[in-house]
Amino acid sequence: MAIKVLHQGLSTTIQDLGRPGYFHLGIPLGGAMDRLAMRAANLLVGNAEGAAGLEAVFIGPQLEFTADALVAVTGADMPIKLDDEPREGWTSFRVKAGQVLSFDFLKAGARIYIAVSGGVDVPLALGSRSTYAIGALGGFEGRPLQVGDVLPVGQGTGAAEGRTVSEALRRRAGSPAELRALPGLYWHRITEESGRNFFADEWKVANEADRMGYRFRGGRKLEFVPRQQPFGAGSDPSNIVDSCYPYGSIQVPGGTEPIILHRDAVSGGGYFMVGTVVSADMDLIGQMQPNTPTRFIKVDMDQALKARADRARLIDAIRAVLD
Amino acid sequence: MQARYSFGGDEHLFVEVSEEMSLEAFFTSLSMANGIRDAAIEGVTEICPANASLQIKFNPDVISPDNILKQVRAIERAAGKHEPVITTRIIEIPVFYGDPWTHETLMRFRERHQDPSSTDLEYGAKVNNYDSVAAFVEAHSGSPWFVSMVGFVAGLPFMYQMVERQRQIEVPKYLRPRTDTPRLTVGHGGCFGCIYSVRGAGGYQMFGITPMPIYDPTQTTSYLQDFMVFFRPGDIVKFKPIDRAGYDAAVAAVDAGTFSPPIKEVRFDLREFQKDIAGYNRKLEDILYGN
Repeated sequence: MAIKVLHQGLSTTIQDLGRPGYFHLGIPLGGAMDRLAMRAANLLVGNAEGAAGLEAVFIGPQLEFTADALVAVTGADMPIKLDDEPREGWTSFRVKAGQVLSFDFLKAGARIYIAVSGGVDVPLALGSRSTYAIGALGGFEGRPLQVGDVLPVGQGTGAAEGRTVSEALRRRAGSPAELRALPGLYWHRITEESGRNFFADEWKVANEADRMGYRFRGGRKLEFVPRQQPFGAGSDPSNIVDSCYPYGSIQVPGGTEPIILHRDAVSGGGYFMVGTVVSADMDLIGQMQPNTPTRFIKVDMDQALKARADRARLIDAIRAVLD
Repeated sequence: MQARYSFGGDEHLFVEVSEEMSLEAFFTSLSMANGIRDAAIEGVTEICPANASLQIKFNPDVISPDNILKQVRAIERAAGKHEPVITTRIIEIPVFYGDPWTHETLMRFRERHQDPSSTDLEYGAKVNNYDSVAAFVEAHSGSPWFVSMVGFVAGLPFMYQMVERQRQIEVPKYLRPRTDTPRLTVGHGGCFGCIYSVRGAGGYQMFGITPMPIYDPTQTTSYLQDFMVFFRPGDIVKFKPIDRAGYDAAVAAVDAGTFSPPIKEVRFDLREFQKDIAGYNRKLEDILYGN
C-alpha cells in the first residue's frame, strides 16, 4: 500500500507528534503544529495517536491511493474531494485503490492533517517520522513532498468508516485570536508601560509565519529599561548573551515585531523574550493565517496549568468517542 | 554568582547563571546541566545548557513547576561546590580562511554590511585592531575555543575564545541578516564564533570555511556514523589554517571516508587555566599533537 503524490500543494510534510530529546543539539521538537488535529485524525482511522500523517498548509495536495484505505482529514476547513465527490472533514471515509484525494480552496484555519489507516511508514529518524526540513532530517528524504513521491503506508487496523469528531470537540481560534502567555524570561528588560502595551495592543500575523515561528506586526514598539549591555550580548538593547529559546517563547528583535517559536524552532539565539505562550494554545497558532488579528492574554502559572488541564480533557473526550 | 530563575510557559524552566558571558558562567551552566541529567528527575524531557544559562523542559503533568524549581535550585547549590574540572575532547578543525565560497556570498550581501568596501575578514581585523588579515587569522587560529552551546539549528556550535577578555575577538553581526550562508562557514558575531552546520540564513561575519562536515542526517560521513551531530557542549576546538590544496585534499578524504579529525581526550581545570592562560593553552596543544 502506498500513496502517490500527484500534486504537493504549497508545502506538505510528513509529521507525527515529534522528536523530543535533541533540543540541546539544536534539533527541534518537530511534529504537527496542531497536535490535537493530528491526534484526532489518527484516532479516526484507528491509528495510534503518534502515527505519521501529512500536514499541508494553505493548499491541499493531490494524492492517489494504490490500495483500499481508511482516511480522515482534520484541522483547517478545506473542502475535501474524493474523485470529485465531497467528503466531510473530521470524519473517517473509505478510499478505494486508484482513487484520488484532493482539496478545494481553504475556507478557515491554515493546516490540514491527513491520516491514513496504518500510518505513513517512512523510516524513523531519532525516534520520529516528522520532517525537519532545515536539517534534512526525517519525513520523506528530509524534505517537503514533491510530485512523483511514493509514500509507503503501514498495515491498518480495520477501523470503521463514518466515525466523526463533533464540532464541540474541535478548537478554533476566535477573532481576534487570543493567545494566553505567561510573562517571564527577559520580561524585566522592557518598561512597565511597554509591558502593558504588549497585552493591550492588537497584533496581526505577518507573512513570515511557518513551522519555525510566527511573526506579528501592528502593536506599539517596546521600550527597554536602559542598561549597559553585558559582555557578549551584542549592542542592541534587545540582545542577550545567546540563550536557549523555549518552544512557544515570544522574542521581539529590536522591540518591534514579536516572533513566537513553534515546532521547528531554532533552539537558541541572542534575542530577549518577553514570555511564553502556554502549551494549551500552541495548537491554535498552527491554524492562524497571515493578517489574523491577535491579542496576547496575560496569565499566571495557575491559569496556564488550568488551560493545560482543559485541553487534556478535550483530548480525553475525543478518545472516549473514538476508542 | 546567584542564578535567576524564570518559567518559560508551563513546560520550561529557564536558569540564567549570569547576564554576561564568562567561562565561569559557562562552567556553572554545564555543571548544573550534568547535575540535572544525573539526578534523572522524572518528568524532565530536555536539558539544554547554553553559554551562560540553561533550559529545562518538563512535563507539568508529571512534576509540578514548584517541585522542579525546588530540585533545580538544590542542584545549583551542589554545583557551586563542584570543582570546575571537566574531562572533554580537544579537536583540530581545518579552516580555509578567505575562501572563494564565503567570499562570493559576502559580496552578494554587501549592502547589509557595516563596511561594504571591505571583506568580513578585513573588517574583523580592522575593528579588532590588527594590522593585517594575516595577523587576524593568526589570532583566530592561535588559541583554542570552548564549545559553549550547540544549537540554533542542528549541530551548530557556538564557540568562546579561550583568551583574556581584552584579547577576545568581537565583531558586530551584519546590519540585516543574510538569507544565505554556505554550509560549514566559520563565522563570528559578538564574542562568539560558530560553524554553520547547514546552509541557510545567518548574521555572523564570515571568515572562512571548513571542509569537515559537522552534521550529517544520513550518517554516511565516516566519523558521524555513530551520531549525526559532531559537537557537544564542553568540546575544545583548535583551528588550523589550510590553503586551497589542503581544503581540496580534505574534501576528497571526507568523500572517500578516510578523513578523521585529530581528537584527544583532555582534563580541563578552569582554575589552572586562569592562572596561566597562554601556558595552559600550550599544554592543551601539546596533548592534541602528542608532543
